[in-house]
Parts: sequence; structure tokens; C-alpha cells
Amino acid sequence: MIRVTLPHHLRTLAGTTGEVALDVAEPVTHGAVLDALEARYPMLRGTIRDQTSGERRAFIRFFACGQDLSHEPHDSALPEPVAAGAQPYRIVGAMAGG
Amino acid sequence: MSKVRVLVGTRKGAFILTSNEKRKRWSVSGPHFAGWELYHLKGSPVDPNRIYASQSSGWFGQIMQRSDDGGQTWTAVSNKFDYVGDPGTHQWFDGSQRPWAFKRVWRVEPSLTEADTVYAGIEDAALFKSVDAGQTWQELPGLRAVKGHLWQPGAGGMCLHTIVQDPLNPQRMFVAISAAGAFRTDDGGATWRPINIGLNSGNELPDAAAEVGHCVHNIALHPTRPDVLFMQKHWDVMRSDNAGDTWHEVSGNLPSDFGFPIAVHAHEPETVYVVPIKSDSEHFPPEGKLRVYRSRAGGNEWEALTDGLPQKDCYVNVLRSAMTVDKLDPCGIYFGTTGGQVYASSNAGDKWSAIVRDLPPVLSVEVQLLP
Repeated sequence: MIRVTLPHHLRTLAGTTGEVALDVAEPVTHGAVLDALEARYPMLRGTIRDQTSGERRAFIRFFACGQDLSHEPHDSALPEPVAAGAQPYRIVGAMAGG
Repeated sequence: MSKVRVLVGTRKGAFILTSNEKRKRWSVSGPHFAGWELYHLKGSPVDPNRIYASQSSGWFGQIMQRSDDGGQTWTAVSNKFDYVGDPGTHQWFDGSQRPWAFKRVWRVEPSLTEADTVYAGIEDAALFKSVDAGQTWQELPGLRAVKGHLWQPGAGGMCLHTIVQDPLNPQRMFVAISAAGAFRTDDGGATWRPINIGLNSGNELPDAAAEVGHCVHNIALHPTRPDVLFMQKHWDVMRSDNAGDTWHEVSGNLPSDFGFPIAVHAHEPETVYVVPIKSDSEHFPPEGKLRVYRSRAGGNEWEALTDGLPQKDCYVNVLRSAMTVDKLDPCGIYFGTTGGQVYASSNAGDKWSAIVRDLPPVLSVEVQLLP
């Protein structure tokens, strides 16, 4: 089970509290996690990545295991602790005032 | 007794203000979608409890919401706005060409006749239509075919912000775009023509009378007389008596003819309202006095309406979608400010009071009458 944390506004939009747990088939990649997240919560489509190009929105960051994974390729595998459910995959709104 | 519902979009959420038809005591609900920008909310004239809302964020992009119970609960509908084909490029601030790209929805305009049909005006400027209550959106690409490569952003972006349906002719619709101008369709949105003859943009364009490129801020009409249009342009208040074929200036004695919104009295087709703003570089009322101006002559002769509005040290703005009228008698007028006040008059503008005064900056104001 993959653990995903969402920023406040996306939790509200999706109607969730706390972490989201997702079943993701191996290999567990960035794209596979986002596919599973958007399938579970269709209202999140377009809020994290462009619906047509799949490109990450500029003010969204992906963190895990103390690393910034925002610029990793879509099909790259996530760190083993994330794939094993030991660490969350963190979707974060960029620090940009507000 | 009728109920009055005012829908307010702000920089940090939506608010719903309700009163009875006396319009003296108001209750405030909100913030809905707290923390998000609500560029516009509007209810269906066919089913007033169906409300469409444009919710957006610099972080998370565009969300579209629909309520079927008057704003008590909301459902996210489709936020996928794909241009038809390769949209190509438009002019940028520096005169270069830049690719068209979706940014946000500025306007939602429910159909006058079909509860499931709604239009959306977007940035970068285009018009979309949904016939399934927002579940899917289709562009009306004939609009961009009208010299779209010459359109350019205004200060707020290259946005389609005004959609006006002709209540007597379902095939006719008017839209306005900053900075492209005004456009009309006579075939339900398939083809469009620019309707900018008579506009003078000598301060902004190399050709003051260009076919497209004008920064039109808002257009209003009276539903019984849809061939008469009133326009607040970047500078100049304009009038057309032939559905936009030609325009003439009716700024008259206004202290400034720069401004954003324009509205027409619900029962008097020649009574028009504007809120003069000092200039394009100083977006606040002249002399620090917040004044709505009313013309009972269809323009040119304007009177200041000040009773209940701040007449010193007031430096707010009133944005293009932030003024509207109700259909009660006497007609009610409502407007919101960038200072977070929503002012209302229940006697056609003679006297004003703040319904609420400490909201986030107000982006849009719409009003509904409920049985």
C-alpha cells in the first residue's frame, strides 16, 4: 500500500483527512501513483499535473525520504521505503507566499 | 415574499448573502472553497438552485463546481478545457507571438433557457460550452478564428470575461475579451464577427480604430431591448443602438471614463450605472470618493450617487464582474470592492449600505431572486 500525503486544499477538495492509501501495481513509479490517486479522486485531475500533457504543475513539488523528487522522470521508480509503505509520498504546494 | 440571494466571489473563497425582498437584513454564509480564488459564480435562470462556480488557485489550477441545491453542497465537475486543434499563438505584451495556453475560467454564464447548458469564458481567451451541466466542455473555436493572432493580454491576462446572451434571439450572443474587443455571433456560436467600429483606443493601440485589439472591460444590455448595448471600455463609456455594429461615446460629464463594470436598471432600459475609476495607472476612485454614476438618459448625462458610500479616503477598486442588478421594484443594485465591501441599494442607487464590509477582495457579484 502506497501512502500519499496531500496539501490542505487538495485534501479538502478530495474530501479526505490524513494520508491516502493506494494500491499501486509494481513498478511503483511517480506516474503510477498519480494515476491511482486520480482514479480514486477524479476531482484532483488537473490540480497536480496537466490533464493533457501530464506535466507537473509549476507550484507542485514531490518529496519523499527527505529528497526532492519533483524533477524525476514520470516513469522512474520511487524509493524503496515509499514502495514498501514505510514512508509517504508527499505532494506539496510550493513555498510561494499566499 | 421573494428571497434575494447574492453570490460573491473573492480572492479567498465564495460567500452567499441572503435577505428577503426588503433587502434590509442580510445573513452571510461562507467562506465556501476557503482559500481559493472564486472568479465568478452564477445561478441558472432556469433553475436558480443550480449554481456554477469557477474555483482556481495559482498552485492547483482550475476547478469547476456545480451546486444543485442553492449552494449548500457542491460537486466538482469537469475542469478539462481543451482548445480545438492547435490554438497557435497570440500577441504578447511586447508584440511578439506566444502560444495559446489555458490558465483559468473568468466567467460562467448559464443558458437563459436550458438548465444543463452553460458557457465558460477562459484565459487565454476562448469560449467553451457545456450541454451536460459541466460534465464536459467543448470550445466554440470560430471565435478565435477572428484574428486571434492579433489579440493580446490586458493587465489581468488575455481573458474572455463577458458573455451576454440575447434573450430575444437564442442564436445571438456577445462576448468581450481583454484585449481583443467585442464580438458577436448570430448563429449560436459557430461563427463570430468583431463589433468594434467606433471604439477609439488611441492610447493603447497603434491604430486607434483597429478591427480587434481593444480592451473592452464590460458590456450590458436590457433584456427587452437587446440591440442597445452599453460598454465600459478601458477608457470611454460607449453605446451601440444596432447590436454592436457601431458604437458612440456616451461618457459625457463623468469625472473619469475609465472603469470596469457597467449595469442597466432592471426596469428602465435607459438607466445605466458605472463606477468611475481615476485612470488605468491609478485603479481607485477619483478624489478618494466612491461614487456610482447613474444616467437616466442612456448615457452622456450622469449623476453621482453617494448617499451611504465613503466620500473621503477611499481607494478601493470595483472589478468588471462585481456589479449587478436585481429585478425587484424598486430595482436593487449591488457591487463589491477590492476592499472587501459589498454595497447594496434597494432603491435604484439613491441610498447605499454595506451588506458586509470585511471580505477578501471581491471579484464578482451576482444576484438571484427566489420564490
